Amino acid sequence: MSWTDLGWIVLSVAIFIGFITVVVLALTYAERKLIARVQQRIGPMRTGPFGLLQPVADAIKLLAKEDLTPGRSDKATFWIAPVVVFVPAFVAWVTIPFTRDIAIRNLEFGILFIMAVSGVSVAGVLMAGFGSFNKYAALGGLRAAAQLMSYELPLVVGVLGVVMIAGSMDLRVIVAEQDAVWYIALQPVAFLLFIIAGLAEVMRPPFDIPVAESEVAGGPFIEYSGMHWSMFSLAEYANTFAVAVLAALLFLGGWRGPAPESGWAQDMVQALWLLVKVSGMLAAMFWLRTTIPRLRIDQLMAVAWKGLLPVAFLNVLLTAFYLYYGWPAWTITAMSCGVMGGAVALYYRRRSARRGMPETARVRVERGRVVG
Amino acid sequence: MAGERGVETVDMLLNMGPQHPSTHGVFRMILKVDGERVEDAEAVVGYLHRGSEKLCERENYRQIITLFDRLDYISNFNNELVFCLAAEKLMGIEAPERAQYIRTIMCELNRISSHMMFYGAYGTDVGVFATAFMYGFREREVIQQVFEAVSGARMMHSYIRVGGVAQEVPADFVPRVRAVLSGLKRGIEECDRLLTRNEIFLGRTRGIGVLSAQDAIDYGCSGPVLRASGVPLDVRAAEPYLVYDRFTFDIPLGKSGDCWDRYWVRMEEMRQSISIIEQALTQMPEGAIQTPVAKFGFVKPPKGDAYVRAENPRGDFGVYLVSEGKETPYRVKIRAPSFCNLMALRQMVRGSYLADAVVILGSLDIVLGEVDR
Repeated sequence: MSWTDLGWIVLSVAIFIGFITVVVLALTYAERKLIARVQQRIGPMRTGPFGLLQPVADAIKLLAKEDLTPGRSDKATFWIAPVVVFVPAFVAWVTIPFTRDIAIRNLEFGILFIMAVSGVSVAGVLMAGFGSFNKYAALGGLRAAAQLMSYELPLVVGVLGVVMIAGSMDLRVIVAEQDAVWYIALQPVAFLLFIIAGLAEVMRPPFDIPVAESEVAGGPFIEYSGMHWSMFSLAEYANTFAVAVLAALLFLGGWRGPAPESGWAQDMVQALWLLVKVSGMLAAMFWLRTTIPRLRIDQLMAVAWKGLLPVAFLNVLLTAFYLYYGWPAWTITAMSCGVMGGAVALYYRRRSARRGMPETARVRVERGRVVG
Repeated sequence: MAGERGVETVDMLLNMGPQHPSTHGVFRMILKVDGERVEDAEAVVGYLHRGSEKLCERENYRQIITLFDRLDYISNFNNELVFCLAAEKLMGIEAPERAQYIRTIMCELNRISSHMMFYGAYGTDVGVFATAFMYGFREREVIQQVFEAVSGARMMHSYIRVGGVAQEVPADFVPRVRAVLSGLKRGIEECDRLLTRNEIFLGRTRGIGVLSAQDAIDYGCSGPVLRASGVPLDVRAAEPYLVYDRFTFDIPLGKSGDCWDRYWVRMEEMRQSISIIEQALTQMPEGAIQTPVAKFGFVKPPKGDAYVRAENPRGDFGVYLVSEGKETPYRVKIRAPSFCNLMALRQMVRGSYLADAVVILGSLDIVLGEVDR
């Protein structure tokens, strides 16, 4: 390898990290604005027109902050943890294509690579929890380990359905295969599994249990400040964006949409289509964040192991039957809807057997006298 | 302690508070946790102790009203009222009828704004990212504006005085409160839709922190905490004060005494308060707003003692007042409902999950200004 090659690599990595950082900054702004609207506020307005410079101001503040190390922390673990979370979040992006032709390096096992790499970040969160020498951090780290491990399974098994139908793990092939119909129609169960498990994987509400503000006050990240905290934050948003992009690629036809036949205009329009779909996914995720309470850790585990995993396996099984016998496409849709309906019905039946709807009473008071 | 497979495990002491986002002020819990399970909990109070009761012995009766504002700082009017009622009882006087109605309206409005505060804080406790909080505060804000128009202050009003209220309400008081109420009805419905029947919310609050009726009575709980356990005790009905014996309203009761019941009782109480205020607005007569006891000089109740209690948003708030016939009382003892309700915390938290401890504490709706006094 010559020096020019090395130079090119360094330059492209720098451009790439810069790109993701800009995306993350835009994401924080969009999230704050959208959440503000749900909460009947207007969100950031003071920094720049419509508060557009707010993320920049936030970034500058974080960079200028002092990096504190707790006195009795495990220094090495404490400082390496953000890197262990940060790197996989960015490496996963290597193989994610933005249009048919634009990807940093398309891999034949793209989706497998992404799943494998993002699995590493669990270690970083656990290290942060362990190295901080803080009981809240330790609790949060253990919660994170349990949660991320548990939700990896339904995530992977859910995506398996898509991979089976497409016959490839290459993201470009998966998108190309969605020529006639988007996979959300063929694999609605897998889509829901992916969204739920994806939210849990990036620790976003209602699955923000490891970092729950009102319980463990930030969890593994409680002792971090400044630059190192912002690395966690950057990784979180990069992952959130990745989940949204993957959902669009795997289920919503990726960059498919009316576009010119060739040339740079095609790339632009394709990227735009992807962006539209991703924005929709992100808006839904932000919306969930503002309106849904947090689950408890045992409920979270129950959802993963008793709910999502059996459904995921059932989905794989049905998809296998569908492919083996070569049934028409609508059968898999009907079967998936049946599975979902069945799962929901089962849940509600068990729930009402366990603890129905709450009962209440009231006593009437008339002119100071209790009349019953 | 040896675990199931002979692995040595130790319980961890987790210090929650006084600086923690969900201890609602400077409350501290020392939790003994086994992983996520809470084995035991110890409540530590006193971080906000200002010696209010002792200070009362030094101040004259009008100044004491300002101290009462600072006890339960979410429901200032209700606090002021109880002290003024105690002083009036000692002096054997009663405020004019119009003043009684104004007091009732302000206290019930304060109950709604206090419960809205609970709603917002509780939403945050169960993990709705600030939306419930903003909803609650949106409704509170219109009430606060009424408070400001009437008393001149958003908190610490010093509006209710011994023998009446400080000044006449603004000219547009009745239509304005009516408008606020109709807005509130809509607001409460919206708050209801956001949380009350949410599946995750039900999962987080149903069957959590169950307090049986007998336990609630034994611990001396009162207010929504007691009523959520199914005990129909409301001072407004049991020992009517002000003009509460002229209204018709419901006392909402829970059946199982869990966190959801405590939440629901408060939501329903807001609706009942609206109904009470509407009745009060139609009945409110014209006339004087003050008995001239305190116009000039100091209030000086005769020698003796009096105990008065009232239904505050957090429960049965009592004041025991001993006078030696001087300008300052000899002794003021406050029964703070938050403090008594807090006694049940340990039993409810024991054996629950760490995340439930937060939800249970939130459902008690304590205000540290009142707990620590």
